[in-house]
Amino acid sequence: MKAEKSILSGKHFFQGDTACAEGGIYAGCRFFGGYPITPATEVAERMAERLPAIGGIYIQMEDEIASMCAVLGAAWGGRKSMTSTSGPGFSLMMENFGLGIMTETPCVLVNVQRAGPSTGLPTAVGQGDMMQARWGSHGVYEVIALCPSSPQEAFNLTVRAFNLSEKYRLPVLVMMDEVVGHMTEKVVIPEPGELEVVPRRESRVAPDAYLPFKPDADLVPPMVRAGQGYHIHVTGLTHDERGYPVITKEAQEKLVRRLCDKIRVNRKDILSWEEREAENADVLVVAYGITARIAMLPIQMARKKGLKVGLFRLITAWPFPEERLRKLAGTVGGVVVPEINYGQMVFEVERCVAGKAPVRLVSHMGGSTHRPEDILNAIMDVAKNK
Amino acid sequence: MEMKETHPIDDLIRTDRIPHIWCSGCGIGIAVHCFLNAIRKSGIPPKNFAVVSGIGCSGRVAGYVKLDSFHTTHGRPIPFAVGLKLANDRLKVVVFSGDGDLIAIGGNHFIHAARRNVDITVICVNNFNYGMTGGQAAPTTPVRARTSTTPYGNFEFPFNLAYLAAGSGAVYVSRWTTLHAKQLEDSMLEALGKKGFTFVEAISPCPTLYNRMNKLGTALDFMKFCKEHSVIRHGADPKTANIDLRGDIVVGRFVNVERPTFTDFLEEGLAQGLPHRKALLDEERKEFEHE
Repeated sequence: MKAEKSILSGKHFFQGDTACAEGGIYAGCRFFGGYPITPATEVAERMAERLPAIGGIYIQMEDEIASMCAVLGAAWGGRKSMTSTSGPGFSLMMENFGLGIMTETPCVLVNVQRAGPSTGLPTAVGQGDMMQARWGSHGVYEVIALCPSSPQEAFNLTVRAFNLSEKYRLPVLVMMDEVVGHMTEKVVIPEPGELEVVPRRESRVAPDAYLPFKPDADLVPPMVRAGQGYHIHVTGLTHDERGYPVITKEAQEKLVRRLCDKIRVNRKDILSWEEREAENADVLVVAYGITARIAMLPIQMARKKGLKVGLFRLITAWPFPEERLRKLAGTVGGVVVPEINYGQMVFEVERCVAGKAPVRLVSHMGGSTHRPEDILNAIMDVAKNK
Repeated sequence: MEMKETHPIDDLIRTDRIPHIWCSGCGIGIAVHCFLNAIRKSGIPPKNFAVVSGIGCSGRVAGYVKLDSFHTTHGRPIPFAVGLKLANDRLKVVVFSGDGDLIAIGGNHFIHAARRNVDITVICVNNFNYGMTGGQAAPTTPVRARTSTTPYGNFEFPFNLAYLAAGSGAVYVSRWTTLHAKQLEDSMLEALGKKGFTFVEAISPCPTLYNRMNKLGTALDFMKFCKEHSVIRHGADPKTANIDLRGDIVVGRFVNVERPTFTDFLEEGLAQGLPHRKALLDEERKEFEHE
């Protein structure tokens, strides 16, 4: 039997969940710990089939808490690792997502969003976890969250999520939604080497001189894995550069500020968005995930009515591209924000627009995508009242 | 001439973190000493060991051992250890934590890791209460015992950890008190040398909280109690291995059986459908060994 290729270069007809799993494999993921939950199960199923065939490990854990922990453990064991979940599973993962932030553990957490709260609509779309992605674990921290709008982007952004996780040493979130996760489209997987794959940021310092949490100039510390003779200590407690617990306000100030600043200072490298005729638009639609694609129809309908309507599509929801949006806000007549929730990213938009233009939320509680006419009505209304 | 005071296990201790936080008379130090002696005797290079702890007094063990050590969240050292072990099979992964951490909040992880027979050793210091937070009731607290959250006595039935471990599938289960330092060390050595989910329970006094609240006297009194009331019964059915701190404490090696580990069973199964997998794993192993 011929050994299976790890990277399935070529054209495929994949759903977003499958593309996401393949993106992980392209980026070098060789450990997946997960728990079945609709609509993220297909990511796990793909990994269960693919990882063993390419020398990787798939394990179905006893719950999502354990899944997130196993992924962190595997990362320290030297493997690129990921998990996927949805709804209540995302809530359960938040505890150890925080441990990953505090211990600067590179890995990827995929959330295929469904409508909540609680069990909610298990098989239907939602975008209600955007603020949970930002603030769902306790304490002070920064996150990176990417929002694919298509299966192709689910592939590409999962590769990017791994790259950012290795570069900045933190768990990176891929915030899909059920429609992107379950829609099937053409997905092109590039040849190996065609897309950048960032390796682990390994330390070259000798064990006796190594300080596990001493950062480089970009505020990110190089890493070693267990078993290399470095006898590292890694703790969720506030710690110093040796990794030792130091329970003082000074240590907290130094560590937590750096954990946040390594994202804030490097935000230009991390930020990503797409603009379509956004500058000087009469109305700018700000959207992400499937909603950004749904919005294209009402945008075109409004353009036919003679309005200049632009799209600003968030690719990184977190960090939020605030400088660019602040700048655009001064050039547009109004802003429309459709989201499959009752208003989450719209608060960020309002913060950046800062009263320079009217901002209109088009809310939808989930279970389906927006009706195009609801977005169109908001566009026309904002244009009229600007 | 200047004399430098050293201890025979100093090279396995983060001496720059001493003094530790444990109370005088606490048994955790004895358990750690036994563990480090067992590591030394195992002949396994210290760099191959990884210690994972959760939260609580025993959760601080990871912070004092000069090994790759991970101090994780409350109740979660076992799933973290599972990921660590599966990612790098060369590691000898040991979970060292307390009864509240491993059996209350972490109870689900405990039974599932045992069921899967993941190749890790779990050492549980059982002091019958939550020490770190001030002596609250635990799932190990004996019936009628006083804790800060059972001021009228505890009216829940406790887990018998050895029975739970055995029932969940652990291939090695033993229990000793911290009085039995020699047997505890030997037992840890046996557990470290055995493949699969191995479990060692170390009964410890908590002189500051549990023992004081239950008028069990000083740590020394507890040692005397252990000496008078421990009954060594190797191979005893753990179901019958009593542990209520009023009558006898049954100690010994209860379970020592063979069962394929998670990894062995998985690889054997995968080898059928994926004959090329072994070559991939060998290649990866070489890469790790290169260091």
